Amino acid sequence: MTRWSGVEPMDTAAPVLAVTGIIKTYGATRALRGVDAAFHVGRVHAIVGENGAGKSTLTRIVTGATTADAGQILMDGRPVVMRAPLDGQRMGIRMVHQHHTLALNLSVTENILLGRLPRARMRWIAWGEAHRRAAAVLEELGYPSIGVNRLAHSLTAAQRQIVEIAKAIAVEPRVLIMDEPTAALAHEDIERLFGFVRRLRDRGTSIIYISHRLDEIFQLADCVTVLRDGAVTGSLETAAIDKAGLVRMMVGRPLQDLYPPPRAVGSARVALSVRGLARAGAFEDVCFDVGKGEIVGMYGLIGSGRTEIARCLYGADRATAGEITLDGIPLIPKSPREALRAGIALLTEDRLGDGLVRGMSVCDNITMASMSAVSRCGVLNRTRQRQRAEHQVRALAIRPASIERDVATLSGGNQQKVVLAKWLLTKARLLILDEPTRGVDIGARRDIYEAIAKLLGEGMSVLLISSDLPEVIGMSDRVLVMREGRLVGEFGRALATEELLLASASGLSNE
Amino acid sequence: MIKTALNRWVPTFEFRPSWRSLMPIVCFLAVLMVGALFTDALFTERNVSNVMRQTVANGMIALGMLVVILTGGIDLSVGSVVALGGVLFAGLADQLGIAPALALAVLAGVIAGVVNGTIISRFNLQPFIVTLATMGVIRGVVYIYTESPISPAHPSFRELGATLVGPVSLGMLIMLGCYGCVSFFLNRTATGRAIVAIGGNAEAVRLAGIDVQRTVTTAYAISGGLSAFAGAILVSRLGIAQPSLGSAYELDAIAACVIGGAILGGGGGSVIGTLLGVFTLGIINNLLNLLDVKSFYQDIVKGAVIILAVLLVARSKRS
Repeated sequence: MTRWSGVEPMDTAAPVLAVTGIIKTYGATRALRGVDAAFHVGRVHAIVGENGAGKSTLTRIVTGATTADAGQILMDGRPVVMRAPLDGQRMGIRMVHQHHTLALNLSVTENILLGRLPRARMRWIAWGEAHRRAAAVLEELGYPSIGVNRLAHSLTAAQRQIVEIAKAIAVEPRVLIMDEPTAALAHEDIERLFGFVRRLRDRGTSIIYISHRLDEIFQLADCVTVLRDGAVTGSLETAAIDKAGLVRMMVGRPLQDLYPPPRAVGSARVALSVRGLARAGAFEDVCFDVGKGEIVGMYGLIGSGRTEIARCLYGADRATAGEITLDGIPLIPKSPREALRAGIALLTEDRLGDGLVRGMSVCDNITMASMSAVSRCGVLNRTRQRQRAEHQVRALAIRPASIERDVATLSGGNQQKVVLAKWLLTKARLLILDEPTRGVDIGARRDIYEAIAKLLGEGMSVLLISSDLPEVIGMSDRVLVMREGRLVGEFGRALATEELLLASASGLSNE
Repeated sequence: MIKTALNRWVPTFEFRPSWRSLMPIVCFLAVLMVGALFTDALFTERNVSNVMRQTVANGMIALGMLVVILTGGIDLSVGSVVALGGVLFAGLADQLGIAPALALAVLAGVIAGVVNGTIISRFNLQPFIVTLATMGVIRGVVYIYTESPISPAHPSFRELGATLVGPVSLGMLIMLGCYGCVSFFLNRTATGRAIVAIGGNAEAVRLAGIDVQRTVTTAYAISGGLSAFAGAILVSRLGIAQPSLGSAYELDAIAACVIGGAILGGGGGSVIGTLLGVFTLGIINNLLNLLDVKSFYQDIVKGAVIILAVLLVARSKRS
């Protein structure tokens, strides 16, 4: 009797890549405690879990970036040994990293074809051929507009992410691992990326997809494996579970409301008032107010000018025109120092780039922006410094609860809490938050949202910039929408929906 | 009890000894052991006192260099500033007296450092190039001031370098005092913490409302002041101030910092490590002299030691 090859479900086919009994410990921490997983041809396999659940460690092991203490990696059913990333690449395993790995002083072409530049006679580099190949890869991704001759440092964050992906797929991989590939991307770009991932899947690539954004998992993934504390809590078809169930598996407890309940917005007293603010080439004619004790959301696609406005309000960049008043006092901050003195604080979107000093303790990092408050005549009052830092560590539930730890050893969510603590300690009257929960797990998010809600109650004003639509809507009293450097919409809490904001931000609505 | 007392003076870190923090002491002990194996002369009272006297100048310069390295910079002009401090101290001693001459010499070094730091931080230039240029400029200024060696007649001129307080020289006591002060400065003052932080992430420090320009300038000023002070002690010990004094001294200072576990480019380094690095290097120099190794072989050995130290630090980072 002949078998019908067509009806055989994918699952019973042999996996292209599988791991069994993977154990990995770092010092006293057990990062992975016996993980089994199998990845099949032509499937998008999501891996979810809170920060520190072991996702990164698992990807590092299957790409060869680190070796497991115990367990096996099977490629096409045969055990393989991987000691270096090159071993993984030879077997067709490629990875799109969460943090950028581009050489910024090289061209797009060189980055995409790094180590594989085509050679002509005498082993000279065949530049024409190289540019053609790089352009073809970008074309396939749907971004023919990125010039292959440009240097990587002239690209925007979103474009760099695209080049990062292009680099991984320049040679069609058998297994493609994507770690938070959409963190820097706006909605449109995400849609385009998903289209590409689906095409790649249909051509037979096995895709391992890691994301904190659960909506993406349900849109894109065929199946999902949940990690918690270094162990697999479940591996199932995406269709067989809903979001709440997935969150339960991730955190081990049902998720009540992630966002604090809306407060009655108090007095109509204006704290921050911005009139006609502009910075050449970034944004123009921006006017808005933020009331005392109010939280105003600002939504917009990448490159719409949101971050630039925040930097101008904080004095990190100079505005070219416009007026700013804080509590009625006119103010054009020329440096972060002046802005801080006036009562403005800014949590930037890039905590590793300009938020933390790695190598210094949690205590030093938390008190960095309030040195004068913890010192007298320039000499630190160590007792007061430690008290203030410890108070913040407790208030924000930073873990481990030690102020002496090198901040680099904390997980992403806890690092973000340290940055937030730094700004809270400045006793600012206006706190600007730029993507405060990017790459932060749900547990830490809740802590951050609660801390913000508490401060609003105490009369602080907040400008919340975010690409995360549920977050903007869930947290804000009002939402402003930016598009191409202009303020194009304003929605009250009752009116703001994901569809409306998105339409407004991408210019699809006719206001 | 002991721990709380320690916490007041030691930077806020849990005590988890890493290879990088242990390396200076390991190197120091290794050099001592090698010395004990090859010669009996190392631990004689006279030789120990010699080594201590000879390491004072490099000790002061390396301390200033450490402060600059912590900001992620480097100061190549220290050798020329040593000469500047030396000739000014010797040249002014007869007219003004010892203390005012010393004060002016150190002030000149501080000014040189302020110029370095201002150019580097105000215009965001590379410390390597800027201090390479000022190294030449300051050496030129020294030769304009005097082309010939100065040996002042002031009766107290040699006291600074030659006085003994018990078994140790006055210069050594001054040097150790400077180490204590800089350690306090780096760990217990706002500017000191900012210096350490800038080497880790300058943009984060700027956004924290700290004046990065002023902080970086302070670091170079400290380096300049300590180098000039070292120059004054040195000419006082030698009894004569040559305008060529101090050339290539930056090499030993940087080497001491690196052996002491400092990371060029910022993000690591300690005062106690640097002190051990200074003594390690001093003993190596002394050993090579005791063993009658010719000076150009000495340069080769020193170079090899520096490479070895950097290698050890790099290996420890990877694991």
